[in-house]
Amino acid sequence: MLEDILSSVFSPGTFNQMLRSATPVALAALGGAMTEHAGIMNIGMDGMILMGAFFGVLGSYLFGSAAAGVALVLAMGVVVGLFFALFTVKFRSDEFIIGTALNTFALGLTSFLSRSIFGTAGTKGNPALPVVHIPGLDSIPFLGQVLNDNSLFIYLTWALVLVMWLFVYRTPYGFWLRASGEKPETLRTAGIAPERMKWLASILCGILCGLAGAHLSLGQLQGTFAEDMANSRGYIAFACVIFSKANPAVAYGAALMFGFFDAIGLRLQDYVSSDLTSTIPYVITIVMMVYVVVRSQRRKRRAGRRLSPRQG
Amino acid sequence: MDEIAVRFEHVSMAFPGVLANDDVTLDVRRGEVFALVGENGAGKSTLMNVLYGINTPTDGRVFIAGREVTDFSPRTAIGLGVGMVHQHFMLVPSFTVAQNIVLGREPRRGRAFFDNAAAESTTRRLVAEYGLEVDPSEPVEELSVGLQQRVEILKTLYRGAEILILDEPTAVLTPQETEELFAVIRRVVREKNMTVIIITHKLYEVLAISDRVGVMRKGQLVGVRDTSQVDEQTLASMMVGRPVLYDHLEKTGAPGDVLIQVEDLTVRDNRELTAVDGLSLSVRAGEILGIAAVEGNGQSELIEAITGMRRIEAGRVTICGRDATGLDPGAIRALGLAHVPEDRLATGVSRNGTVTDNLLAGRQREKRFNRFGLARRTSTIQRYARELYERFDIRGAGTDSAVGDLSGGNMQKVVIAREFSFDSPVLIIAQPTRGVDVGAIEFIHSQIIARRNAGCAILLCSADLDEVFRLADRIVTLYEGKITGEFTGEFSKDEIGLGMTGGRRDKEAAS
Repeated sequence: MLEDILSSVFSPGTFNQMLRSATPVALAALGGAMTEHAGIMNIGMDGMILMGAFFGVLGSYLFGSAAAGVALVLAMGVVVGLFFALFTVKFRSDEFIIGTALNTFALGLTSFLSRSIFGTAGTKGNPALPVVHIPGLDSIPFLGQVLNDNSLFIYLTWALVLVMWLFVYRTPYGFWLRASGEKPETLRTAGIAPERMKWLASILCGILCGLAGAHLSLGQLQGTFAEDMANSRGYIAFACVIFSKANPAVAYGAALMFGFFDAIGLRLQDYVSSDLTSTIPYVITIVMMVYVVVRSQRRKRRAGRRLSPRQG
Repeated sequence: MDEIAVRFEHVSMAFPGVLANDDVTLDVRRGEVFALVGENGAGKSTLMNVLYGINTPTDGRVFIAGREVTDFSPRTAIGLGVGMVHQHFMLVPSFTVAQNIVLGREPRRGRAFFDNAAAESTTRRLVAEYGLEVDPSEPVEELSVGLQQRVEILKTLYRGAEILILDEPTAVLTPQETEELFAVIRRVVREKNMTVIIITHKLYEVLAISDRVGVMRKGQLVGVRDTSQVDEQTLASMMVGRPVLYDHLEKTGAPGDVLIQVEDLTVRDNRELTAVDGLSLSVRAGEILGIAAVEGNGQSELIEAITGMRRIEAGRVTICGRDATGLDPGAIRALGLAHVPEDRLATGVSRNGTVTDNLLAGRQREKRFNRFGLARRTSTIQRYARELYERFDIRGAGTDSAVGDLSGGNMQKVVIAREFSFDSPVLIIAQPTRGVDVGAIEFIHSQIIARRNAGCAILLCSADLDEVFRLADRIVTLYEGKITGEFTGEFSKDEIGLGMTGGRRDKEAAS
């Protein structure tokens, strides 16, 4: 029995499932890293993902191609990002309230539109994103089974992690982005409006979260939309952002860790109640957050015995 | 030589509720050091923010190097060769020195990439050219305040500044760092023909560094003089609008019971090194004990330990006869201690809070301000805040404005007003007049003496030695966390100076 469990848990299938589970979270976390660097607390990612999932399917359904779905998602991502920035940057509303409002709004809007257009059962079987087969990769045992024949966005995510990492740490714009969050006045006195970087971050976040949603509905579930299908991935992505201090590469690693435990949970469903196994990702999220707190406490302690904050 | 670098013509700047600049007309010549002095809130920083394009004046015209400024923005000002070092530094803590310096005008590799190596080599070149030693690859958050200021100056030089504005540059510096800064100013003026405008409160600095000086009062420029033609007294009376007399302060009464007792206190600093080393002292009622020490010799840690803001490794602190060792700040205050902290922005005020909230802090639970502990008695609170506001001569846009919008000196008055209003028998005062103007200094000093004469035990710590000399009944010198000397009666600067550099302890070690 135990042997069964172990061989099932550490099979290529598990690691492939890890990739699949991690990718939507990772894409959203990349977006969240942008707003985090720009100093915007973004808890609205869940809503952004959900809208991406819906509009991806809607585009695919209306125009009969997954590419059209993705195009619609890109447009939607820009609009949602602009909307988010309008309130958080321009009107300086409370970020927490706006994020919550966005999540609630997304849930209501997508459910309403979905029922109006597709009926209560939702929709499935719309044109989906292609699965990519890399010839020759199959010959590598284990790894081939994990890495090959995945949905397009899984590979796209790898490229995006690299691109976003380079953007943040190796381009002037990345420095402006980080300065706009860490100390906006420095940017203003350098003649650059920090608000511009915050708008940009917000739009990028809208797009990346939208892609996360599109991957869910058009990639992972092959053209299916179900109500509330983001299923709190936006919050897990937020946890990855905080855990990684908004470093895109580390955030991807955190998403993989989440994906790994999610995959194990799926495997263990054959042996343990699925009600129990499905809590694993959330338990992991809590563990991650505890680590973040411990880490910052430890840093504080290292910074000294002074018990009060000091002006930097 | 007499070329005009900057010209203000009838410049006015109004903020809601305040006319910060009122019809200012001023020429600054190329290649001179021009000092701008005035009380807190006199409009010096506002005027300089107009020059740097942060404020768009409500009226009047500004010319930089003969060209009229039409579009007020930092970008335009930078383009016209203006650089500004703000009172609060504009540096990104996690970026390196080089990354901060090039921010906004980065060297690039290819089109899109930041060229860190070029940024560092450019920085190194500037460092060499101006003799401002600093490591380009070090994160700014690791640097001392003095070094951070160098980075700010380098930043303006990198951007091609020919006119350098320094907003109270010495407020945060040690005397030695101030000397180094002045040497840098002299060098850039002499060798690069730069124009330097320096905002300051310290009149002896005006005399030491400037060629000409402009005095501002209540938004107006009340006069411009050649520095060689004025002395501190003249400047002080121009600033305040009446003659300022550095009177001897009337001290009355005899010391009473010991209210602050520190025994064998050991405290560590942020790097875990011993900062206060087995120190003992006591202060009696009706007595001011002054601590004279060069910054970093344990005085900050001592005060933090007494007030409960830092862990005590060994020893005992007694306040008003009750053991205060290891208590939290609130509990220590309850024993009868009030504290004017050295860093008002970090621990003195809540910048986003209103003046009212800041004045009320610490007594918000008192019955007279509450209805059954639930709702605030707004009118009582308002009346209370307004009374303190007037009694302590705080100048700003009223009690409902944010404390962060006040000038440094008025912020300090808020702290002093709050802490002195507790009428507590023990006062711990650190840097009471750092970055505060002459008129306010006079006021704060008289308030401190009034508390002393009323029977307060006061521990005073200040980087300004003259202040310590003026106020203290007794002075101890501190060196590397130990008391190196104690002085009463007529203080001798030489002996105290020796104590501050550890002289006496060295002698002991030798014998």
